[in-house]
Amino acid sequence: MLDIRIPIGLLFTVLGILLSAYGIYTNANTELYSKSFQFNVNLWSGLGMLVFGVIMLLTVRKKKG
Amino acid sequence: MGNALFHLEWIDYAIMIIYFMFVLGIGWVLKRYMKDANAFLEAGRSMPAWVAGLAFISTNLGALEVMGMAGSGAKYGMLTTHFYWIGAIPAMVFLAIFMMPFYYGSKARSVPEYLKLRFDEKTRGLNAILFAVMTVLASGISMYALALLMEKVLGWDFNLSLLLSAAIVLAYTYLGGLSSAIYNEVLQFFIIVIGLLPIVFLGLHEVGGWSGLKEGLAPIVSGKGFAADSFTTTWKYTDQATSNPLGVEWYGILFGLGFVLSFGYWCTNFLIVQRAMAAKSTTAARNTPLIGAIPKMLIPFLIIVPGIIALVLMNNPSSGFSITENGKPNYDLTIIMLLKHYLPTGVLGLGITALLASFMSGMAGNVSAFNTVWTYDIYQSYIRPATGDKEADSKHYLKVGRMATVFGVLVSIAAAYLAGLFGNIMDFLQTIFSMINAPLFAVIFLGMFWKRATGHGAFIGLLGGFLVALLHHGLTVPAGATTLVKGGWLGVLHTYPVEMAQNFWTAIYACAASAIIAVVVSLTTTQKKTDDELRGLVYSLTPKIKEDHVVWYMRTNTLAIFVLTMMVILSILFW
Repeated sequence: MLDIRIPIGLLFTVLGILLSAYGIYTNANTELYSKSFQFNVNLWSGLGMLVFGVIMLLTVRKKKG
Repeated sequence: MGNALFHLEWIDYAIMIIYFMFVLGIGWVLKRYMKDANAFLEAGRSMPAWVAGLAFISTNLGALEVMGMAGSGAKYGMLTTHFYWIGAIPAMVFLAIFMMPFYYGSKARSVPEYLKLRFDEKTRGLNAILFAVMTVLASGISMYALALLMEKVLGWDFNLSLLLSAAIVLAYTYLGGLSSAIYNEVLQFFIIVIGLLPIVFLGLHEVGGWSGLKEGLAPIVSGKGFAADSFTTTWKYTDQATSNPLGVEWYGILFGLGFVLSFGYWCTNFLIVQRAMAAKSTTAARNTPLIGAIPKMLIPFLIIVPGIIALVLMNNPSSGFSITENGKPNYDLTIIMLLKHYLPTGVLGLGITALLASFMSGMAGNVSAFNTVWTYDIYQSYIRPATGDKEADSKHYLKVGRMATVFGVLVSIAAAYLAGLFGNIMDFLQTIFSMINAPLFAVIFLGMFWKRATGHGAFIGLLGGFLVALLHHGLTVPAGATTLVKGGWLGVLHTYPVEMAQNFWTAIYACAASAIIAVVVSLTTTQKKTDDELRGLVYSLTPKIKEDHVVWYMRTNTLAIFVLTMMVILSILFW
């Protein structure tokens, strides 16, 4: 059976990279982040997702190894 | 397109598309494991406890629930947490410790099938048919709500949204069956947590943290005629129904919500119980509700707290936040407007994807429960019984299960359009659901713990409880009711201050009546099942479960104590 941590890990890694890249790209855009009090929520959410995705993938590898 | 609430950019669409590619991809990968009916309809009883546990809680975290509960946060404040703490946790612990051994250990493949093994064919038939009808209706209604939302929020065409979401749900449940539904529920759980977290942080930042929130609430709440801290406490003002915004006193909450309604929902609703029945062992099945209970208790901070923040914002004109629609507040829009208020392009796409995902996984959950009940409890029981050739039978029922999936989605689409014609259908369905669930809990409870309970007793108890519920609903109304769907269609004997109080009492009467009728009829009829047939189905005839081989922290009792302690601590913190 497919280990669910693989799709979860992959999805959050991909979305995390995409969102943090977008966050870095738009970092200077003060108008975009006026809603979020100038917090770069894209970057922080993206990094959070990336870390979560990578941890998921690592737990799968550790078990197999 | 012109007057949509949101304007999405390419990055938002990219997130949405990637997410749904994964959803379909999971179905595609799981397809090759679907070799027989057991794999397709019961996930081969192979799920680890944490996967089943997250799916268990995710099934109850549909978009309608999220939107409704955030709205309730704005209307009732922290009292809404009663639905997550006292109104869920004791029932989940009870299910895990006392009921799961019978559901799982009896090898029943569904709740109706348990009724057949424990009682008789007619009790199973009644429950199976009601469940099948109600489930596709529920799935149709959530489909309708989703299409309506996409039209309003994103400016997409109603029909296109409806058919597109139905097609996605159909594709992944057809391919991967229950496993696919469960996997996607777990995925949805994580995406909804990550999608809503930024709102919690930004919201608390804007109002000045928890203490700032309390200060901001005080004048608003006092203006409504309640104590200044009544929106940030749970039990403090429940000595009288009129002194808290929920309009229910502590014993109504404790017995109505904490006992009858929640036990009726969590312990007997096959949609929920099916997730635990898909677990890989008895211990995993028993731990499923307990593992689910941990995030369940924390969900209020993700959904209800933003609702309360919204209440402060909407009373502060300079915030620019509003949920007013056609001159009236539309509380169902609370979470949507918070997304709009706080999230810039990028995370906004994530938030919208989370909502769409939870709509779809809600439908998939209904469809995957429907096809199991249809195949095993209706088709196999009344249309084409098993021939004895196990392999051929299993192939045949796999095919039937797949066809039932298609059929279920088609009927859901029809139900969605029906919902558009009758605006009250949602209220109507919820009312009927609570009328069916409360008696069902009474009957299953008697069945599990009293070996003398008979088939006739169960059947008449179910019907009688339902009739009493109807009668109570027909004779009472909530204050200010304008339609007969809310009650009082036989005349008005009693008026409840709020609809919730009426629901609680309908359930209490139905459950009590059902239990009394079932006991009386059981005592006057003969028990046709022998002790041998009841082994594994009734508490007194089943050997106690030994957990010695399980590490101490994964034992059901350990987890149960942990979960209950956590609930008590949370209740005291927010007393």
